[in-house]
Amino acid sequence: MTAILDRRPKPTGAPHRSARARRLSELTRRDRALRGVLLVAALVPTLALIFLAYQMIKSAYPAIVFNGWHFFSTKKFDLGNQYASGFQVRHGYKAPPGAQYGILTLLFGTVVSSLIALVLAIPVSVAGAILLVEKLPARLQGPLGVFLELLAGIPSVIFGLWGVYTLGPLMSRTVFKWLAALHIPWLRGPTGSGQGLLSASVVLAVMIIPIIASITRELVRAVPVVSKEGAVALGLTSSETVRFVTIPYVRTGIIAASILGWARALGETIAVLIISGNALGAYPHSIFDAFSTMASTIAALLDSALTDSTHMAVDSLAEVGLVLLAVTMITNFGGRLLTRRFSDAGLPVGRGV
Amino acid sequence: MTQPLSRRRSFSDRLFWAGCGLAFLLIAAPAVSVLISVFHQALPAIGWSTFTQRTVGSGIGLQNAILGSLLLLAGVAVVAGTVGIGAGVYLAEFATGRSEKVLRFFSEVLAGMPSIVIGYIGYVTLVIEFHWGYSLLAAVIALSVLVMPYIVKTTEVALRQLPTALREGAAGLGMPRSSTLGRVLMPAATPGIMSGLIVALAISTGELAPLLFTAGFTDSNPSLQLFHHPVPYLTNVIFTDLSLPGARAHATAAAAGLLSLIILIVLIALGRLVAGRARRNTARMSL
Repeated sequence: MTAILDRRPKPTGAPHRSARARRLSELTRRDRALRGVLLVAALVPTLALIFLAYQMIKSAYPAIVFNGWHFFSTKKFDLGNQYASGFQVRHGYKAPPGAQYGILTLLFGTVVSSLIALVLAIPVSVAGAILLVEKLPARLQGPLGVFLELLAGIPSVIFGLWGVYTLGPLMSRTVFKWLAALHIPWLRGPTGSGQGLLSASVVLAVMIIPIIASITRELVRAVPVVSKEGAVALGLTSSETVRFVTIPYVRTGIIAASILGWARALGETIAVLIISGNALGAYPHSIFDAFSTMASTIAALLDSALTDSTHMAVDSLAEVGLVLLAVTMITNFGGRLLTRRFSDAGLPVGRGV
Repeated sequence: MTQPLSRRRSFSDRLFWAGCGLAFLLIAAPAVSVLISVFHQALPAIGWSTFTQRTVGSGIGLQNAILGSLLLLAGVAVVAGTVGIGAGVYLAEFATGRSEKVLRFFSEVLAGMPSIVIGYIGYVTLVIEFHWGYSLLAAVIALSVLVMPYIVKTTEVALRQLPTALREGAAGLGMPRSSTLGRVLMPAATPGIMSGLIVALAISTGELAPLLFTAGFTDSNPSLQLFHHPVPYLTNVIFTDLSLPGARAHATAAAAGLLSLIILIVLIALGRLVAGRARRNTARMSL
């Protein structure tokens, strides 16, 4: 959204203590009633967050005890033989025989796919946003900005559909072939039908481009004209002005926007589930190979986990969710703390529309 | 006198802007490609039967899914709309000091919550623990938690953008805060708030992860029952039919995709229209 990143001084600030007391005493009885009702509404997001975190920890607790540190050193995520008689028991909790719950490959899939997406998305978003603001005439900015809003709004399941039918096959026939022909380790091998790590990363990149690009656009708009005029007066070309004035001015903001985009890529579920090829318990052999992420695994396995009478499968998925939650929250916190430094109103929330 | 640019500098200038142009193409191309690809695949499956038949067997009807999606949209508008706008008004007009910072911060953190986590908790608590089953209420609550922070934010921004003169004028007339809010501020901020609400609804139509384990799915039309009755919706059809074999199922998936895209585009256009009005409103009010 526009106008969220503007640099207005804070309207309320930290009011003087007596001033605040006076303001509260000014309220009439109806004002107080209204304030009470609205306060209840204002508490809902906070309570929802606490509830979600509490429930997540509560449902993951048996799995945390059962899995212990093995959770972070086991590659396989195997629900075990749920129809066998007997159980394996560890630390007082039961699980089906043969069950192993390890997050290692899922963590790898999540981190690597989102990082590749980030590397692809940042230059494209920043360059595109700079072109939009600095080079195109003002009357084109609005209509061309529609592409960003459209990309931000397209549902992830439709990105999945597109990735499987259009982008994946196209990339597999062209770009992936050329890349594989270079014979760089890990970047070679059969490219398959275009379902795998690189395809998923490209789709993730497309999904986070609108977040990074729209924030960068607002930042570039806020660069003072005086600085740019100075650069022009010194005889800098327009690209040099961008390099020496605009980019240094918005650098922190771009980093923060990228972190927010990254958080989005970490948590993306459905699109990745459709395009990843969904390989469980193994690292991808090449960048074209199938893989899984934490989020996609929760969505993929919850159905079959429900048939586990020991409930350990569902609880272990909660533990995966807890790790995912921790990773996304930490990135999100980081991005927001970074923006606090230079922008009062903070970053747009939601899916970046 | 301006000196002619050295050849190297003028070349690198052009190269830079060509690179930026390429980057912009890389942004625009996927957007266009998604639209074309979905439209192209959906075409064979779109017809009257899409709207008159239900998703039974290998049929190509989507009536129940369309109705279900619209029902969810209405539910989210009511639940997330009232709570989100209320919270946004509180943050903009009544909150002070630390409580303001804390409430806003948590709302923003909630916005970063991965949607599958919301879906999982919705399933474990609402569907299982509370014995609601796959139900309308569970689905609406899960979706509302997802989009609420967005509504809170846009409502707060819409109110804060109003010129101070409005509040001062009302205070000068001796109006209490509640009437200032109801008679002066809210009418002026309504377009901005509505545009935020509409965009939030647009986001909610495309979500699947929070609904997958809260709404369930059924081949019959959705009912208004809050509990124990699963709700069919469009994004589920896309996901399920995509994994089914057969060209017909895939065309149905694409048709459902096209319909949800159409709902989305209509909502985004509406949001832009209202946002434009909001901007003109604010421009007129500030002296």
